[in-house]
Formats: sequence, C-alpha cells, structure tokens
Amino acid sequence: MAERYIARSSAIAARMLAGEMMVMNSIDSTFFTLNEVATAIWQAADGRTPLREIVRTSVCEQFDVDPEQAEADAEQFVTELSTHGILLVSEKPIAAEAP
Amino acid sequence: MSLMAEMGQKAFNLGVPISVHLDVTYRCNERCVHCYLDHDDHGEMTTAEIKGILDQLAGAGVFFLTFSGGEVFMRRDFFDLLEHARRLMFNVKIKTNAVMIHEEEAQKMRALGVDSIQISVYSHRHEVHDAITKLPHSFERTMKAICFLKDQGLKVTIANVLMTGNLSDQYALQKLAAEMGVHYTVDPTITPMMDGDTSVLALRIPGEELTEIFRNPALVGDAEEFCAPPKAPTDDDLEGYSCSAGHSFCYISPYGDVFPCVQFPLPSGNLRKQTFLDIWNLSPQLNEVRSIQAKHLTVCSSCSHVGSCSRCPGLAYVEGNMRGPSTADCEKSYYRTGVPSANMMRQEVGKVRGGPLVQIQPLAAVM
Repeated sequence: MAERYIARSSAIAARMLAGEMMVMNSIDSTFFTLNEVATAIWQAADGRTPLREIVRTSVCEQFDVDPEQAEADAEQFVTELSTHGILLVSEKPIAAEAP
Repeated sequence: MSLMAEMGQKAFNLGVPISVHLDVTYRCNERCVHCYLDHDDHGEMTTAEIKGILDQLAGAGVFFLTFSGGEVFMRRDFFDLLEHARRLMFNVKIKTNAVMIHEEEAQKMRALGVDSIQISVYSHRHEVHDAITKLPHSFERTMKAICFLKDQGLKVTIANVLMTGNLSDQYALQKLAAEMGVHYTVDPTITPMMDGDTSVLALRIPGEELTEIFRNPALVGDAEEFCAPPKAPTDDDLEGYSCSAGHSFCYISPYGDVFPCVQFPLPSGNLRKQTFLDIWNLSPQLNEVRSIQAKHLTVCSSCSHVGSCSRCPGLAYVEGNMRGPSTADCEKSYYRTGVPSANMMRQEVGKVRGGPLVQIQPLAAVM
C-alpha cells in the first residue's frame, strides 16, 4: 500500500479549547472539533511524515489503542477532513502552504 | 444548538476569550458623518507591539479575530499583521470600507485564508453613499473592491448603518447586495463621538421606522416569531447574562487599551503595561462586568422583555449605569413587539432617547 502524506490547508483556522481542537475552513465555513487522538494526528500533519508513521508515533505510542484499529480510524479521519479541504492528502510529500 | 454555538457557550462558561475585536488604527480615509471616532493618531501600537499581542491572544485561546479600525488599510503594515495572525491560525474577519482594495489586495487576502470581509456601504446611489463618507468616488471604489473580493471567492457582507440620510435606500441596497451575491446586514445604532459629543445622534432614524425593519423576513427570519410579545421571564432568564462582553469577548484599541466590547467603553487595562492574560483574569472592571446577571439589573430585572431584549450593557454604561437600561434597546424591544419596556413606562413613551454621556477614552485619562 502506498504511503500517504497529510498537511494542513492554508485556509484553516484552529485553536484548542478545553482539550478539543476547533478547526474551521474559511472557504466553506465548515467547523469541526477534534478529539485528543485526532488532534495528535492534526498537529503532526506536516506534509513530510507519512501517515503510517504519524499513527505509530503520535497515536499508538501516546494512547492505549490497537495499531490496526488506529490506522483504520486515521484513514477514515483523514479522508473526511480532506473532503472538506481541511487536510491535504498526497502519495508524495507536500510542500508547506502559506501562511 | 450548532457545534460552533456549543463551543461558544463552552468558552463563555470557562471564561475563555474565544473572540477579540482589534482596531489596528483609528485613522481613516473617509469622514463618515455618523462616525464616533477621532481619526488622529495619538500613538497607535507599532507592528512589533501588535504582533506581540497577537502571540498573547493565540496563547490565551482566542480563535475568532476581527481586524477593524478606522480603516485597516491605512496601516502600511496591515498585510504583515494579517500574515502573522494567519500563521497563528486565527479565524480572521476584516471590517473595512474597501476603497484601498484592488485585485492584488484581494488575491493576497484569499491566499492568506481570510474568513470574511465586512464592508460599509450606505446606499445603492453613489451620491448618497459619497455624501455620507465625504470621500468623492468612494462608492465606485468600494463596489469595484467587492467585485475583486468576490472574484477571489471571498465571503463579503455589506454592512449598512441606517440613518436619516439613507433610510429610504435600504431596500434597494439590499437588492443590490443580493444581485452581487453578498450578504447584507443593517444596523440602526448611532453612537456618540469619542469625546462625548452627542450631536451625531440627530442622525438616528425615528423609532417608528424600526417596526418596518423588524418585520422584514430577509433581515430577521420568522418575523411573526421575532415580533411576538415577550414571554414571562423564567428563573433561567434572571440568572442569565446580557452578552459575551467580558466573558468570552473583548475589544482592543489601537493604543493597547482593553475594553469589554467595542461598544462598552469601560477601560479595563492597557497592553503596554500589562499582559493580556493579567488584564483578562485580574481586571476589576472585567470582573465586575462578569458579575452582573439579569436579576441584578436595576430596572430591567422587572421588565417583561428581560428574557428576550437585546439590551447592550455597553450602551447602558454609556448612559451612566452598566446595570441600568439601554434606552436604544428599550426602543427596539418596544417597536419590535409593541409592548413598552419597564424603563419606558417609568418615563414616558416617546421620550426615552437619553443622550449617552461617556465614550471611549484611553485608560490613562480616567486613572
């Protein structure tokens, strides 16, 4: 299976509030809150680290989760956020977007 | 309740400043007849000072950031500030007259991920708009800017301040906004000048005109529900607070002064002397504002409108008592529902237009 790389879109605003990450897309005003695990993936989405490695280092090593389940959940999470333009997904590393 | 409203309520309950309005300058290229600001620069914050404050706001949990003025583009460093704010991942809204926005500026705003832009427009007729702004060709320039912004896919809202000189144009302007594919808001509030001069209040539209505005579904949604007589206040209503001012929202002036709201000129600290969180957490003024529940209000606690009134504590403060009524909101409640407020009955219907007494002034001026 090919590696997937994820990066945060430049159109996004984000802030932690009481342990939840608020994320909003300025283009279509979609608004999400991310739980602790999703926030860890979001914060590690630097465009250079493969998703599989993010799940291993930022999820499996930090939270008590089954690795296979964590990877499946991460795939679903990434797909959902990418359909809303909140995460960029590619099979190659992604250059940082401005700002 | 929407997810965003839920998070707003959570911020309110926790006392997190989720939203801040920052005026980066009071300078302006227009001289609107109703404007309350002194447009001279009395020592506005430097680029480095504002960037430092933005860093503090991000650390304090601010998510929604509104840049306003004056005219934000009078600052040559505005894009530098905007870029810094977006790097800190604020959701940024901008209030502007837009006359300095061309294609290049619109492209930059889009690239920086600005959420939305609110633009002051007073009429669909250039002669009326330009007479209010006192800037020749301002209507033409603002309209062009709206097109540049729309071309970039940015969300634009036309904000119209209703006053005697443009009252008859409101529906034509609303239609123009719809044709241009932009949102439209209207505000009948005229506030006194910063120096306390109340002569601008003569521009306020007659109260009776509010009735028609409140029955416009395009502005208020379900007009029947909006204009229904007030329901009997509940215990929850009396335990409630007026608004988010000082609870999850505050205003910062170009001189670093912090206030509960842009419309609540109670000086609560200065960011050149204290950190934002010190002011937010420890300011006696902000803590006093936070302590006021509906049951503490001197007149309004016994008013039938207390559960549904738009009572602005800032306007009440300007009238002399932050726990007292705001007569402008008494009028709105009355013309919306036909039911006089307790304050109006205390006085006499038709004679409730009190002249506000205090306006925004730097902290140093009152200490």
